[in-house]
Amino acid sequence: MSVLYIVLPLALIVVGVAVFAYLWAAKRGQFDDLETPAMRALHDDTPMKKQDPKSRVENEPK
Amino acid sequence: MTLAEATPRASDAARDGEPDVRCTHCGLPVPSGMEASRAGEPRFCCSGCATVYEILREGGLDAYYQMEERRQTSVSSTGRHFEEFDHPSYRELYVTTRPDGLLETTFYLEGVSCGSCVWLVERVPLLVPGMARAELDVRRARVLVAWDDASVPLSSIARTLDTLGYRPHPYRGMRLEVARRDEDRAALARIGVAGAIAVNTMLAALALYSGLLTGMEPAYERYFRWISLILVTPAMLWPGRVFFRGAWAAIRTRSLHMDLPIAIALGAGYGRGLFNTIRDTGPIYFDGVTLLIFLLLVGRFLQRRAQRAAGDAAELLTSLSPSSARVVEGEGTRDVPVAALLPGMIVEVRAEETLPADGVVVGGRSVLDLSLLTGESRPVTVAAGAAVFAGTVNRGSILRLRVDRAGEESRLGQILRDAETGAQRRAPVVALADRLSGIFVLVVLALALVTLALWWRTSPSFAVDQAIALLIVTCPCALALATPLAVSVAIGRAARGGILIRGGAALEALARPGTIYLDKTGTVTQGRTSLLAWEGPEEAKPLVLALEQHSSHPLARGFEAAWASTTRCAADEVSYSAGGGLEGMVDGHRVVVGSPAFVSARAKGPPAGAIAARASAGLSAPRGTPVCVAVDGRVTGHAVFGDPLRDDALASLEELRTRGYVPHLLSGDDHLIVAAVGASLGFSPEQCRGGATPEEKLRVIEEAEGRGRVVMVGDGVNDAAAIARATVGIGVSGGAEACLASADVYLTRPGLENLVTLVEGSRRTLAVIRRNIIFSVGYNLLGAALAMTGVINPLIAAVLMPASSMTVVLASWKSRTFTVNS
Repeated sequence: MSVLYIVLPLALIVVGVAVFAYLWAAKRGQFDDLETPAMRALHDDTPMKKQDPKSRVENEPK
Repeated sequence: MTLAEATPRASDAARDGEPDVRCTHCGLPVPSGMEASRAGEPRFCCSGCATVYEILREGGLDAYYQMEERRQTSVSSTGRHFEEFDHPSYRELYVTTRPDGLLETTFYLEGVSCGSCVWLVERVPLLVPGMARAELDVRRARVLVAWDDASVPLSSIARTLDTLGYRPHPYRGMRLEVARRDEDRAALARIGVAGAIAVNTMLAALALYSGLLTGMEPAYERYFRWISLILVTPAMLWPGRVFFRGAWAAIRTRSLHMDLPIAIALGAGYGRGLFNTIRDTGPIYFDGVTLLIFLLLVGRFLQRRAQRAAGDAAELLTSLSPSSARVVEGEGTRDVPVAALLPGMIVEVRAEETLPADGVVVGGRSVLDLSLLTGESRPVTVAAGAAVFAGTVNRGSILRLRVDRAGEESRLGQILRDAETGAQRRAPVVALADRLSGIFVLVVLALALVTLALWWRTSPSFAVDQAIALLIVTCPCALALATPLAVSVAIGRAARGGILIRGGAALEALARPGTIYLDKTGTVTQGRTSLLAWEGPEEAKPLVLALEQHSSHPLARGFEAAWASTTRCAADEVSYSAGGGLEGMVDGHRVVVGSPAFVSARAKGPPAGAIAARASAGLSAPRGTPVCVAVDGRVTGHAVFGDPLRDDALASLEELRTRGYVPHLLSGDDHLIVAAVGASLGFSPEQCRGGATPEEKLRVIEEAEGRGRVVMVGDGVNDAAAIARATVGIGVSGGAEACLASADVYLTRPGLENLVTLVEGSRRTLAVIRRNIIFSVGYNLLGAALAMTGVINPLIAAVLMPASSMTVVLASWKSRTFTVNS
């Protein structure tokens, strides 16, 4: 059982890292808008290929 | 007359048995006559939709049409140039330069409603070279635009957005927004930290409780206590600080605030736990304390978000008023911000533009659409000398007017101000909640003292423990979560069904039957003028169309829309008389089209009164504008123009009536028209009121509110003040943004059936809230009883508290409040 003396502090350090990651994300605004990114993810199938303006010009018939 | 005859529908009025054709772009029915193209070709309900279709096809964005859910609104662009966005003063106010040299600004966009809008708006950079990025926040309807100033002006980006049907406005609430955003982020950070600490403290507590039951070596027990102490201390110092600050403020102002017992419970629990940890015996309350902090913070966060949405209205209104006007200077014109308009200036208003100020017409002759300002469905002809108002739309040709009153002073400004005060008025609900929580605070503190006194003689230490247990167990975690959580879940579900709700007060008020006032134009009707009925020979149609090509009057467009498949011919010697009609020569025939009086003065046939009577009795209920046609001096045809009812209006109203609501019509349109529409929808004559100005509408709502709950449903600026004043204001799809901004609920999909969905969903939500409150109050009473009788021990308290919160969370989550039908 004495392993607890090592494991528990280790667990708390892991928690600390997770909390810091969360704080970083919250401060960077990752949770500001929870709706639009969800919609965006559904749409990115075909049109994203055309995101590069150059390739679009090439695709167009003359 | 049967009911069906009296309620002509858009789809079957002016054509016979043709299939229902839908617009390729927006999916709305194509007006009769517009569907002339060959099978398989794209069809459009309006030229706006056709333009967007072309742009998207050329830009390689036709994948838009494969999307499941698209915006169901016909595209109407303003056609403005947005020159004011390139003005240095605009740049100074709203534009920032990014580190990479690109410029950045935020627009408030009209008409953003769903996923397809995200797709389309964020791909606008593909259509505009030089525009780097567009990022849309769909819930707040704001888009962040980044562009390269050297290759493209901002006005060009604004024009593209406008053409696609998303009219941009400078976003004026940015500073407040930044403050709120930071506040939200800080709250989220606190919740995250409190949550992590709470969960880990509970793990340690779990070990301690197992030890309590099965026995534990004292060394390990001590170890877990100290670990808990190390965990709980930062939770008290950082996330928990808000409660102490709130309690201190309450003490200083000598008021009773929820924070007071919470702070006492937290402080006492922590102090007693610390004491017992050092003393190495007795219960520690650390798990309860951390859980309390976490749950209370969550409840508070949800609540504040819901409250804030209700207050946003006023700020949105300022973003929405027109941003520029065209001032005449010498030979040319110049765009200036509306704020710079002064009385006496001459401004020019082109076709389809909104008038920027109140004034007098000094040049030109045109037709104005007053429907958004007053609800009047029939267009009004204006000429030099006529007084006109800001917010009305020029549907004819160029007008010049002399500004009398602009901005806040204009009639539109007054109405918007009424709406603003209405939106701010909603505070009393909050005040009531505060008073109730004051009573709660008193009761809890009194009970704690009673417990202390009861057990003091037995053992002071035991008495202190029981009092602390009582304070912790009765802390209103579940109670604080009960309403906000149920409301948030319901609002989320409703949004998926196209119903946007601001705040829980609206849901609560809608759940119980009351009086509903409905605007007519655009709410129970479709809000556009079309040919309802035609009685006359086929040969007359091309003759009428030939004449009407020379007019920009909305009725002319109604003829063209209804008879698009008819062949056209040319007209000569056309003359137009304002308020009367048109006359001219077509194919050698003398043709007159116009009001019954105008035509009968120029042609033989039944006298004026008889024409009107026949037109109304034989063709339709008197709810439209009659138009007569005469060929070679003989009256041959009669047409009736009007605003067709929404298809689901009657069914939805009946549904509402069976649920105990009392619907009324409240319209700015003509008394006769309102009465006729009302009769066809089952309203009694007393329930129909026409000719109401925006100010009268507001008064009617105020009076009705004195008698009980009032719901106002509308779509125009003329309804904005009434909507804001009503217990619940509802804006319908396609309405003026000012009205939507002041509404508690916005129905994004056309049709009144959404109103029924909304009412039913609200009823279920209130039931969930009630159930939640009963649960949490029950838990609190049980906990208080156990603590006072001395039965409670830390284990029971630790189980009771999360259990009550979990019950509430699950009950809210699983509740089927709004059925999503998409």
